[in-house]
Amino acid sequence: MSTTTFDSSAVAAPTPLITPPPMAAEEKLTKKALTADHPTWCPGCGDFAVLAAFYKVLEKLQYPHEKIVCVAGIGCSSRFPYFMNTHGIHFIHGRAIPLATGISLSRPDVHVFVFGGDGDGFSIGGNHLNHAARKNIKLTYVIMDNFVYGLTKKQTSPTSPQGFKSKTDPIGSIDRPINPMKQLLASGATFIARTHAAQVKHMVDTFERAIKHDGFSVVECLSECIMFYEGSFDDSWPKKGGAFEIIDETQHDVKDDVAAFKLADLPSPGKFGVFYDVDRPTKNALEQKWIDDTQAKLAGTSQKDLLKKRLEMMR
Amino acid sequence: MSTATAPSTSSSTTLRNAVIRLAGNSQDGIQSIGGILARLAGRTQQDVVTYMTIPSTISGGPSIFQLHLGSGEVLHAGDDSDVLVAFYQHSYDSHISALREGGICFYDSGEVTGLKNERGIHHIGIPFTAATVEAIGGSARDRGKNIFVLGLLCAVFQLDKEKVTGILSRQFGKKDESVLRNALLAFDAGFAYPIGDITTFNFEEGEHKDANRISTDGNTIMTLGLIAAGVRYGSAYPITPWSSIMETLRSELPRYGGLYVQAEDELAAVSMTIGAAYAGHLAVTGSAGPGLSLKMEALSYASMAEIPLIVINVQRGGPSTGLPTSVEQSDLMQAIYGSHGDCPRIVLAPKDVEDCFYIALEAGKLARQYSCPVIILSDQALSSRIEAFTEPDLDKHWVEPTLDLSDRGADFKPYPLDGVTHHAPPGTKMAGKYPHVTGLEHDEWGHPSGNPKMHQKMTEKRRNKLVSLSQKLPLPEIYGDQEGDLLLIGWGSTFGPIKESVNRLRAEGHKVGAAHLRHLHPMPAHLDRLWAKFKDVAIVELNDSGMYGYGQLATILRGAYAEPKIQSICKTDGLTFRIREIVTGVEKIMSNH
Ligand SMILES: Cc1ncc(C[n+]2csc(CCOP(=O)(O)OP(=O)(O)O)c2C)c(N)n1
Ligand code: SF4
Ligand SMILES: [Mg+2]
Repeated sequence: MSTTTFDSSAVAAPTPLITPPPMAAEEKLTKKALTADHPTWCPGCGDFAVLAAFYKVLEKLQYPHEKIVCVAGIGCSSRFPYFMNTHGIHFIHGRAIPLATGISLSRPDVHVFVFGGDGDGFSIGGNHLNHAARKNIKLTYVIMDNFVYGLTKKQTSPTSPQGFKSKTDPIGSIDRPINPMKQLLASGATFIARTHAAQVKHMVDTFERAIKHDGFSVVECLSECIMFYEGSFDDSWPKKGGAFEIIDETQHDVKDDVAAFKLADLPSPGKFGVFYDVDRPTKNALEQKWIDDTQAKLAGTSQKDLLKKRLEMMR
Repeated sequence: MSTATAPSTSSSTTLRNAVIRLAGNSQDGIQSIGGILARLAGRTQQDVVTYMTIPSTISGGPSIFQLHLGSGEVLHAGDDSDVLVAFYQHSYDSHISALREGGICFYDSGEVTGLKNERGIHHIGIPFTAATVEAIGGSARDRGKNIFVLGLLCAVFQLDKEKVTGILSRQFGKKDESVLRNALLAFDAGFAYPIGDITTFNFEEGEHKDANRISTDGNTIMTLGLIAAGVRYGSAYPITPWSSIMETLRSELPRYGGLYVQAEDELAAVSMTIGAAYAGHLAVTGSAGPGLSLKMEALSYASMAEIPLIVINVQRGGPSTGLPTSVEQSDLMQAIYGSHGDCPRIVLAPKDVEDCFYIALEAGKLARQYSCPVIILSDQALSSRIEAFTEPDLDKHWVEPTLDLSDRGADFKPYPLDGVTHHAPPGTKMAGKYPHVTGLEHDEWGHPSGNPKMHQKMTEKRRNKLVSLSQKLPLPEIYGDQEGDLLLIGWGSTFGPIKESVNRLRAEGHKVGAAHLRHLHPMPAHLDRLWAKFKDVAIVELNDSGMYGYGQLATILRGAYAEPKIQSICKTDGLTFRIREIVTGVEKIMSNH
């Protein structure tokens, strides 16, 4: 942050505010520049479409290439960072959110994106999701929800519907699934949306709004696991005979959490779009204010002298 | 009081050492006056080692604060005390046996009624409570009787009254004016209290002539060491006896442009810290044993992904919630081996309070140099005890925090097989491919790789960087005899008691030496050279001797060197080693021949 001393050789040029210098052709953030390893997902996996949509959003936003960082835990969906030619870190199961929190709070200059599955986010990482949401950490989190554990080959997930037959529920799941929208509303996330991997334009628009939100933005993206839960989202896929119903924001006030709760209560497949979007100071901003106020009182004393004085007090 | 004899006349005796034990309840403020006396020692060129027990309940309970003051080197908090100050009957009953023969017991005559007239102990009854109330007046009740006792001790030991009241003024002056006034009234009342026919003492002039001596506890100085090392970020979850480090970092770091975050649990704490480290900062997390266990999965990740990171474990009695406010060194195996997979990491342990500063500095350097987790094993005794030592020279030790975002060339590899990993944090412009940091086994570019040869090579790479560190580490010096009957080896806070035990054993005519390990993993290479010329080796540690009769460090050393002469002196009573326990242990090992 402000006073961390940067290597003189390493000082990043300040981000130009008004007229960016004309970019050399190869610096433009294209899909080609963003593409890395070929995805290892099964052919037909919904996650391919999420990746394609994310390329599109980044092409639109044109952030400096080096300022983008993709973070993930463990799962099929969590392989995402390998397929992005950006800074990326593939962490452990369920802890991507706290890892991303560490990046976000200590590096206000980078854009932090987190990707993962329903098990990673709502089960093993569930507690972290609650706390990052209430603290309003500045980052964007895309949960690729396939209602199943894909990587470990078909166990029940916290979003699997009752009756879903998996290797751990041979007679069909008996536990009530969580309702992701309600859970996120209750935990205090400031931007909550729902989209569908078969709806590329909707995904791109939703991601863009999420990314531009100043705070903790979460998008649940229904993304079919063709291997272990085929047909899971047909009921919201027009091509398969379902209905993809978008929230009408002239009728739904995205600042009204009670209305958002009601929307979240609609029977499956529910509606898609932005459920909730409010402004609340981020932890990033509040902490920075504390740092700035503290330093203002120190009248430019060097850090070394501060510590010297602290030691002298113990004489 | 090695030179003091039983007081009978009003005279003054000069002494080099004194052990004072204050026994009361935790809410009586005995820690606070103990702290003031310890700070005074630092200001008068003396040495001091303190020791305290704290009840683990908030509402308080019996508690002691023991100070060992001395004009020369003081290495331990003292076995038996020379002076006991008993605030209650229960304090008297529990601690009179720890008062040496002919020692002096000051007791609150309004509280203590049953005295044991034994072993030539001199009892001096003073109504601490009543006299304090009388001095302060009004509704003071028993608040301030600790300061009364401070005044009393000042008079008995002819301590520098001006310096003590100076410290009092600094401590209480910030509060409401009446607080300081009452404190000074209580102090004067204690100082002037007619104790009658008793000798007073004065300390020989302190031998520590260095100008800047500070006195503080291990957690505080370790925290400041972290800041000096360039640590500006991190996250943790509260647990005794670690909490005070995170509390201090939380309130201090904004002054240095940094930030410390209280996480929802230890798994989040270590993950946030790895996040800050991946982002390019030097970062620290910490806990006690139970929390370290929770961090283990992420620590294996940090070994695999080669993330530099400092992890502090202030050990306490275990397993489980165990003895949360007692000392133990039973997390060594956990620190070295406690994660899944082969996950080399560095483990260090400070030997005394002063060393807590330097170990933090070293941890910062090693983490960055070897790009791996560095665990510091402190313990409950070091965390809270106060020692006086030379103020660290920041002009020499200060490390300016850096964030290296310099452009990386097209040949940049995050995991070079022939070099050490130095990650390119986000924000770094890459001429070639952007790097992926990963916990999957990977090739040099960070691509996941299940190739058997690659896993073998990368495992060797991660191991060999620490093997090379072990070859660079100097062998610890041997204190005392360089060859002979027995070599004592210790680690962590047992340093002082072991050294003092060597002094005693040598005075008894034994040929004994001691070596202390600060680097526990990797250890310096060729440790066997240390004990080659000794008949026996005894590893002194505060943990259990286990299934096979050896403590944790002894087990590792026996395994590494297949050396049958390595024996163990272990205990797990939650207390620091007494000198006589080590001496007896050594004599027992030597008598086996
Ligand atoms: C600590 C830990 N526990 C369990 C696992 C095994 N595991 C890996 S991914 C996963 C669940 C993946 O499901 P989800 O998060 O929904 O991702 P998906 O594969 O469906 O995209 C599990 C249980 C692990 N890697 N680490
Ligand atoms: S197992 Fe399912 S989630 Fe995983 S890659 Fe295959 S289709 Fe996608
Ligand atoms: Mg899933």
